[in-house]
This record gives sequence, structure tokens and C-alpha cells, in this order.
Amino acid sequence: MSAHALTIHQASERLRSGALSSVELTQSVLERIHRLDPRIRAYLRLVPEAALAQAREADARLHRWRREGGAPPPRLLGIPLAVKDILCTRGIPTTCGSRILENFIPPYDATAVERLKAQGAVILGKTNTDEFAMGSSTENSAYFTTRNPWDLSRVPGGSSGGSAAAVAADMALGALGSDTGGSVRQPAGLCGVVGLKPTYGRVPRWGLVAFASSLDQIGPIAKDVRDCAILLQAIAGHDPRDSTSVDTPVPDYLAALEGGIRRLRVGVPKEYFVEGMQPGVADAVKAALRTLADLGATLVEVSLPHTEYALPAYYLIAPAEASANLARYDGVKYGLSVRETDDVWEMIRQTRGRGFGPEVKRRIMLGTYALSAGYYDAYYLRAQKVRTLIRRDFDRAFQQVDVLACPVSPTVAFPIGERVDAPLQMYLSDVFTLACSLAGVCGIAVPCGFADGLPVGLQIIGNVFDEPTVLRVAYTYEQATDWHTRKPNLFTLAFS
Amino acid sequence: MPLSLQQVEHIAELAKLALTDEEKERYRLQLSAILDYADMLQRLDLDGVPPMSHAVALTNITRPDEPAPSFPRDEILANAPDHKDGLIRVRPILE
Repeated sequence: MSAHALTIHQASERLRSGALSSVELTQSVLERIHRLDPRIRAYLRLVPEAALAQAREADARLHRWRREGGAPPPRLLGIPLAVKDILCTRGIPTTCGSRILENFIPPYDATAVERLKAQGAVILGKTNTDEFAMGSSTENSAYFTTRNPWDLSRVPGGSSGGSAAAVAADMALGALGSDTGGSVRQPAGLCGVVGLKPTYGRVPRWGLVAFASSLDQIGPIAKDVRDCAILLQAIAGHDPRDSTSVDTPVPDYLAALEGGIRRLRVGVPKEYFVEGMQPGVADAVKAALRTLADLGATLVEVSLPHTEYALPAYYLIAPAEASANLARYDGVKYGLSVRETDDVWEMIRQTRGRGFGPEVKRRIMLGTYALSAGYYDAYYLRAQKVRTLIRRDFDRAFQQVDVLACPVSPTVAFPIGERVDAPLQMYLSDVFTLACSLAGVCGIAVPCGFADGLPVGLQIIGNVFDEPTVLRVAYTYEQATDWHTRKPNLFTLAFS
Repeated sequence: MPLSLQQVEHIAELAKLALTDEEKERYRLQLSAILDYADMLQRLDLDGVPPMSHAVALTNITRPDEPAPSFPRDEILANAPDHKDGLIRVRPILE
């Protein structure tokens, strides 16, 4: 097997034994990117020289450890990873997929990136995203649309579509994304890889460019559940620089994988199996539920009665927060600045008018309206009250069951261009991931089959800070199936 | 109820967004459709339901108010569109 096709845990074993060097591994992945990415376009920017320098450093550390012994090196030492271009990376441009930040070079690393680097991980580059993470397909990137490795005419999902496509095509061993309403889980599902949205507060947001601050969470995208646990282990834990990160101990996520799911109660929310779902998706998810039952879990039908209100509540709350967060882009401190104007206010209006793309402007408008005098109570405050009801739905469900199991998305990856002019249609692709985000609980997407030749994702949702159980269910399911070993056929792309 | 052009212009001004006439009309229609859809929230009885502003109940996270080094000034200014004498330069707000 070529080195780029390895998982993180496989590569880590070989790096430790000396059977593989980080430079060889990094070169193998860079070569893969060189061959495939002109067509897939997962990366906005690559930093090959810096990556190889980090790889050489990792090899020196590994060599020293093999010679001198001592504590085993970190799992991510020498592992080439990708980072969504909404996480600040010191010295590497961070655009958020937006023209307004085209030339922005952060003077610091996001906490999550800092923690990957502290383990000695190799950062390959920055992956494509919908502008400011607002979207479900990467079509809202100001630069280009990433293609789904399983079918280049289709979207990879979004907003972390670049990270998901990179991992699915073996152009990174793992990646970071961010999830506000489904932006890690949905692209992971549509690209046939694993993606986890941690509990709100589990991973510090310092250095994650803000979209909707009460919802944003950084999450890993990986080739399998074990890798996902390794990445979460690296980035989870309190950081005083993000006062919303929670100071609660980080469990051992790798140890949590073992033990099976015998007698575990798995809730099946009836509101997530409704008309309008693509039949092949429903079939694959139902088959996955039967597998969970075969593995010893007890399936329990539960109800999350306010599910249908998650979408409208989300599309008031997230844009409202976004409209406030994005007020900082004013052409004064950093980013695009349109200077040939009569006065400072016109500079700000023109900078924002030209710097932001259509979806970002749409959401700023929507959020500003929902917060404006006379509409605040009817829209924003009301949506926040509905959020309480949605959270109570989950609280009640988790009194009955240990986790919930449902689809990630109602359809498989859709064709590029199909939904760009229909914002509501696009928003519906997140219909099964939004409620989990609003409630602040955790959820994972794992591959559970195919419909029309395209990957389908199973979503396991857990209570706050119950990533261990979520990972264990996902891992137990994965070990009983072989969906995660299926790869898109990129042979002709790689050798043409 | 569909938004009026005047409402769209008012929102754009609050958000300090320069929009073309074509954008105004497109957003007028799209925002109207999204708000129509959001009207389904009106049918819920929300009496006595507290608003949820955050997923984790945290209050008053504080730290000692002690001076500490921040970013080097030149690194911050390197991203500024215009600067002079160590300061970010901007057009006057009041003339």
C-alpha cells in the first residue's frame, strides 16, 4: 500500500518502528496532491517546503527516540494533516474562502493548530471552505468549488468540503474542519469519511475565525474512527484564551473505543426518518441500525418533537451572530480596503459590498434584520426560545437512551450548481445536523454504505461531553463493516 | 409578507453593505422567502420558555487584570491596509 493511503494509526506505527520516515510519507502525500488536486481542488494553499521541514524535524525526533528510548512519541508526530482555511495559521495566509481576507496573514496559530504542531504534526496546507463557513457545498468559496472525489461533477458538501475531499482522496491523513450547523459531519458523510463535531466548549475556538460564536466548534475529519479519536485527543481541552471552552477533564478517547455496545440503548428519533429522504439513504441508514442491534445494542424509538423548527431557528440565530461577528471587516485593520471613496463610511460600505460574496451578504442581511428594532422579539428572541425547546428534546431523549442514531443528510452528494440559486434548498441539506448544533451536544458521521454509488453517512449523536460513547458506537459499527475501507476510484485521475 | 425595497435598503445601511440594484432586488425576494419559512416559529407557544443564548451555562469568566506582552506591533501593522508612525491610518470620521 502506498504511504498516502495509510491511516494515522497505521502510519504512526511505521514511523515509530522506522519502517517509514515522515519525509517519505509527506512526499508521498504531496505527490498524490500534485497528481489529483488540479482536478479535485481541495486545497486553497499548500506549504510543501514548510511541511517537509516539519517532516525532517519529526524524523530527527523519531530517530532520537528509537536510539535513546523514553516515553513513546506523540501519535501525530510526523503525520501530514490539512487544516481548513478558517483556522488561523501563523505566517500562512488564512482567507476563510473570502476575497475580503485574500491577503490576510495571521500572526498566530489557532489553539487547535498549535496543539497539532506541539505533537509534531506536519501541516500540508489550507483547505477550501464556503466563505466564512457559510454553506453546504464549497460553492460559496470566493475562489473555486471543490469536487467530490467519488464523482467530480458533484459537491463534496460543506463548509469543510476541502478537508473532507482531501481526506477521502488520500491527499491528507487527517484534517481539521469546523462545524456550526453540520459543516464537519455533512461533508464527511458526503465524501465517505469520518467527521466529528465535539460538544460545544470541548475544543477551544481561539484562532477559529468566528461565524456564529454560540455554535462554532472545531472538529476532526479522518479516514476511520480511531484516527478521529487521535485527532480529538490532540485538540480537546480548556484554553483560557477562549472563555467559552470548558475546563473539564479530557478523557482517554482511544481507550473509549473498546468494549463494544452490548445493552447500550440507541435512540432512533422518528422525526429523522421522514418523507423526502432519498430512498437509498434511508435504506443504508436502516441497515446500519440493524447492524447496531446485531452488535447487541437495544434500539429504542424516541421523539425529538421540535426537530422541524431547528432549521428556521438556526437560520435566524446563526446569521444574527454572523452579522455581529462580521462587522469587524471594515477595511481598517486588515483585509480588503476600498480606498477610492469620498469618506470613511463609504469606504466601509464599498469594502464590505465588494469583499463579501452573495451568501455572506445574504446572511448578514438576514441577521441584521432579525436583530433590528421591531423584529428582535419576533425573530431572534423567538428563535432562542425555540433553541431551548430543542435542547430540552435532547435532554429528555438522553434520559431514555445513551446515544441517538440517524442519517447525516437526507441525500447523497448533489450535482454542482443544483442548489446555488435556491438558498432554502441548500439549507435543507443540513436538516439532520442543525438540531445537534443548536443543542450543543456532540455528533459523529461514519460511512454506512452507498446509494447510487455515492457514500451515505450514519450520524451518532451523544450527550454533552459524551464523545467517548459516541466514538465507541461509531468504532464498534465500523469494525463490523467495511465501508470505511472503500475508496473512490481515482486511478485514471492519478495516472492520466 | 414580502419585504419592501425601502426595508432592504434600511437593513443594508444598518449592516454597512453597498449593494447594487440587482442585489437589492434579489435579496428582497430571497429574504422574503426565508422569513416566510421562518414564520413557522410563530405557531409555537413559547410563554415561559427562557431564551437559550449559549450551549454551556458559563457566567463571568474572569482573569487577573495583569499586563502581559501582546503581539509585536509590526506583525499587527503588517496586515493593515495603511499605517504610519506605528499607527493604523484611516480617513477622518468627523470632518
